[in-house]
Amino acid sequence: MSFVVDLQHVSKVYGEVIALKGLNLQVAPGEVIGLLGHNGAGKTTTIKLILGMIAASSGQLQVLGESPRGRSARTLRMQWGYLPESMSFYEQLTGREVLDYFGRLKRVAIAERKALLEQLGLAEAADRRVKTYSKGMRQRLGLAQALLGRPRLLLLDEPTVGLDPIATRDLYLTLDGLRQHGTTVILSSHVLSGIEKHIDRVAILRKGSLRALGSIEQLRHNAGLPIRIRARGHWPVGTWETRLQREGVINYQVNGTQLEVISAFDAKLDIMRLLLSDAAVDDLDVQPPSLETLYVHFNREQEASDA
Amino acid sequence: MHEILTVSLKEFRDGMRNMWVFAITVIFALFALGLAYFGSAASGQVGFTSLDTTIVSLASLAIFVIPLIALMLAYDSIVGEEELGTLLLLLSYPVTRFQILAGKFIGHAALLAMSTVMGFGLAGIAIAALTGQLMSVNLWQALGFFIASAMLLGWVFIAFAYLVSVFASEKSRAAGLALIIWFFFVLVFDLLLLGILVGSHGAISARVFPFLLLLNPADVFRLANLAGFEAAQAYSGLVSVATAHLFRPWLLLVVLAVWTIIPFSVAALLFQRRTP
Repeated sequence: MSFVVDLQHVSKVYGEVIALKGLNLQVAPGEVIGLLGHNGAGKTTTIKLILGMIAASSGQLQVLGESPRGRSARTLRMQWGYLPESMSFYEQLTGREVLDYFGRLKRVAIAERKALLEQLGLAEAADRRVKTYSKGMRQRLGLAQALLGRPRLLLLDEPTVGLDPIATRDLYLTLDGLRQHGTTVILSSHVLSGIEKHIDRVAILRKGSLRALGSIEQLRHNAGLPIRIRARGHWPVGTWETRLQREGVINYQVNGTQLEVISAFDAKLDIMRLLLSDAAVDDLDVQPPSLETLYVHFNREQEASDA
Repeated sequence: MHEILTVSLKEFRDGMRNMWVFAITVIFALFALGLAYFGSAASGQVGFTSLDTTIVSLASLAIFVIPLIALMLAYDSIVGEEELGTLLLLLSYPVTRFQILAGKFIGHAALLAMSTVMGFGLAGIAIAALTGQLMSVNLWQALGFFIASAMLLGWVFIAFAYLVSVFASEKSRAAGLALIIWFFFVLVFDLLLLGILVGSHGAISARVFPFLLLLNPADVFRLANLAGFEAAQAYSGLVSVATAHLFRPWLLLVVLAVWTIIPFSVAALLFQRRTP
């Protein structure tokens, strides 16, 4: 299988600063991958390398089977879309004029430019100047620009920064639509809440190196972080304490109607079976570690090994 | 070519939207009319003086104003887009850096050309009508030459503005550098040259001196416009030291064109090397 993006031991050094060290990352067609990390972790550097704006200091790098800084750069540029971080557009031009400008550069037909304005809900505001646009509208215009020419690869750098919850949801919905059409998406973010459902795999970067890579399930498994299980029902006080202790569970809280167990990753099913076998339990709720928890975990692990 | 044209059209539209063209046109027209009206104030009277006298005074004013306007128009073209984030975006598009710079230049050059032709042209027609010189072919030639050279002078400094914009890391620094360039070519260069001339006690011969003036595009413009006119002798200062008839006017226009190409090429080269 050929990868859309293939980075092999890619490093980038600026003077004495190592922005990226030995990054290995392969993105398959149709995959939506989230690049997560603090500011300065190397997310933007990775994106600029993929776009061929900067040259790698060492390592091999291919995008859609070609080198982004080679002879095929022009063909590649027709096939990808990019939304830079904290982007603002030409304030004096209207939304339509901005999209026309970029559309012409990418040789996209007028009909498609118009359709994109409609798709992103900008048709009504299209003839207003960008300076009157809200942050959410600007971001949608940015996305419209990135979608010009139906790109095979979409790179979004911090697309949700500064967006209100509704605008963020709209952005993710658009992303889900693209995912269904098989567009490969690389999305960088440090805003983690709500992103889980919209991405296939996560790459966690820290200080220029890859800390974790995989689906969220894989990361949960690798991290082996405890799982929170909650049960509701009616039971005599004291019954659960003895049963849980018999199972070797130490970390729990219980009263007459509520029970909460912090379970080890492996013991999850045993405890759930135990709870489900009891008719006194009315409701059960399992909370696996969130992406935030995983993110903090993989960053901490690194800090420990740094020390 | 499609890319260059797209960029230049956008730049032109942006300039029109900003009211740049309108503002510059009004400034040029007001200068021309004002100079024509008050030009003879020194001899104790006001009223419209003839177009040829006006062109001479206009040329000495244009040396200060046009470079400044051109630098202001274009100093932020690259560094400003970088601060917006649009430069990074443009670099991900199927357009080369040279195409971006060339497109911007054509757009800005067209903006300035339009203002120059409209501002000075309209004022010229008004003055000629008021002083009864509408039928003088020589005069229209002189005005045409003035407008063409003013346009070229503007283009030279647009090219310098790109150099500054590509070199500077921040918009404010670009503005500072643009002012330094203006200051150097418009004010310092002549003083420096005069100093060298006096200090060298004639070691620099009168034959070399006019060629030294070609090192400053503002002086080339001055040479082109003032030298030809009889009325110029009193105003032209340093240039009158140079033998006026040494250079044919059209040759001086070519020199101005070369002066546009040099800073533009250096800017294009630096732009290639700039890391986004």
